[in-house]
Amino acid sequence: MPSQIVTLTVNGSPQELIAHPSTTLLRALRENLGLTGTKRGCAQGACGTCTVLLDGEPVVSCLVPVVTVDGAEVTTVEGLADADGGLSPLQQAFLDNFAQQCGFCTPGMLMTSCALLRRTPAPTRDEVDEGLSGNVCRCTGYEPIVAAVLDAAGRTSAEVGS
Amino acid sequence: MAPINPRVNPIDHDYFPHERRGSFSVIGSTVQRADAHGHVTGRTRFFEDTAPRGLLHLKVHRTTRHHARINSVDVTAARQVPGVVAVLTHEDVPNNWYTVLRLIGIEPDDEPVLAEDRVLYRGEPIVAVVAETEEAAWDGAGRVVVDYTDLPAVLDVEEALAPGAPVIKQAGTNYFVYEGHHCRRVRFGDVEAGFAAADHVFSWTYGSAPIEHAPTETTGCIVVPQGDGRLRIHSNTQAAFFTLDNTALIIGRPFADLQVVGGTVGGGFGGKVDVMVEPLACIAATVTNRPVQYSYSREEEMQVSSPRAAERIVITDGVLDDGSIVARKVVLYVDAGAYSRHSPYGTTKAAAHFPGPYTIPHVHIDAHCVYTNRTPSSAMRGFGVTIGDFALESQMDRIARELDMDPLELRLKNAYRDGDVKAHRKVASGTGLIEVIQRAADLVGHELAAESRLLSSTTPREG
Repeated sequence: MPSQIVTLTVNGSPQELIAHPSTTLLRALRENLGLTGTKRGCAQGACGTCTVLLDGEPVVSCLVPVVTVDGAEVTTVEGLADADGGLSPLQQAFLDNFAQQCGFCTPGMLMTSCALLRRTPAPTRDEVDEGLSGNVCRCTGYEPIVAAVLDAAGRTSAEVGS
Repeated sequence: MAPINPRVNPIDHDYFPHERRGSFSVIGSTVQRADAHGHVTGRTRFFEDTAPRGLLHLKVHRTTRHHARINSVDVTAARQVPGVVAVLTHEDVPNNWYTVLRLIGIEPDDEPVLAEDRVLYRGEPIVAVVAETEEAAWDGAGRVVVDYTDLPAVLDVEEALAPGAPVIKQAGTNYFVYEGHHCRRVRFGDVEAGFAAADHVFSWTYGSAPIEHAPTETTGCIVVPQGDGRLRIHSNTQAAFFTLDNTALIIGRPFADLQVVGGTVGGGFGGKVDVMVEPLACIAATVTNRPVQYSYSREEEMQVSSPRAAERIVITDGVLDDGSIVARKVVLYVDAGAYSRHSPYGTTKAAAHFPGPYTIPHVHIDAHCVYTNRTPSSAMRGFGVTIGDFALESQMDRIARELDMDPLELRLKNAYRDGDVKAHRKVASGTGLIEVIQRAADLVGHELAAESRLLSSTTPREG
């Protein structure tokens, strides 16, 4: 099958790329668009490391052939901060709670958490555990990550309330 | 920079009477990690975030056998796969035999970069295929045809040492030779006399399985030929200079020809200390004069990256009725798998760690570094020590149970103190086990006897 042109909106910017039918969204983001913040962990959909938002929903980008999502809106870790580089409350909460060690799972954790907080702005501990259950971290243990997500939920609701 | 947060935990300065107060500006306060901002913004550059133009991919053909003679290797079909640009065998590796610890004088070079006439473990690499795409490289690697004669496999450490076991190593023994000896030994006092004088002799065996580090980022590198003929190696190695030196020796080039760009590791835990991908990627980059990536798939990471060694540990103790341990014999078998890597060092470390933080007058340690037809094991977080501690402290708990003694009191009775001579003939100093146990007992509300409260690491042992 021939390659084809795919149009995406990535982090708010229109993008056009040529992709083979076997090209994954992960590879398209990293190799075609140079957005290397999204990481390859297992390349088989098991670890959550490559999670991005596809039309607002979290997906493991290693399992999505990019030609099947022509026209979609994609958000990656590079799209979380403000245009001027200011960190989102979620990113700041990850910093303040030391929710990273080697940093390799962090982008996927952030994107999964971002989707969770959009869906459930004030999650319980159990809901955070469940929400992050598809993302593997091998360094820190999960406690600081869960703490960061709960912290971010508090900050966001405080912002909305003020 | 993020501001330094106020101190979150007050420091008990009583433990540090000789330190200046100004020395405590960091301990007890919160300081942000230097790399954290890059991690949360996705800007930290891992090795795979380098994307040179014209990047080639290297994949290897791995054996499916535990132990076999190689009769022939046919790479004809691999070369014919569209996109394949080079196929490498052991003949393309300038110095094919190595062992990573030769840099500190460990011998012999017992591992080939690519197998020659034999394979010693399932997953051992035989042929490297370099191609325009990952898919073509995998396809080519899958089309290599190897004809084998299977040989008897040795899959258990004690079987490997048994008389008449098939010898799997070229050096002629299924164990690493320590200065002429079949194991790393410690001899202190007379352990048999200690057992004879004891009220009880307890002997138990402990075992562990291999443990895979499973870092989220698999082992890998990208090698980029430079305009001046040097090779720039983007690697996730945990040991940049180990990698540089071993790679230079294997490819037969001066150290100064190589530059390692590293220091950013997506999870290592000891699993990225061996030198597994850089030599072949450097050879492929030299042969093709193009950038080459060699990364493990998740399956390879699980199957062939070195795990923590499986260990079997037999501890025999002579103990008096009052809980004093008067003799301890430890026999350790470390399953190095098929090749040495870091296991001779880890086994020595284990021998240095036994008999644990206790003062025992008669000690006998035999630490065997054993070769089997299993995946080579190597470094992982405290290797040579962690499993030993599990065994030692399990042993202490079981002795306490047998004697109907408080397990903390048993440890306090035998804990080393400043001035004690340890089994390795070193005088102990700076010991703190007694105080740690006393404090731990306080924290969990565990009652200790009045005389145990009075013990200290700086009070000389009686007698």
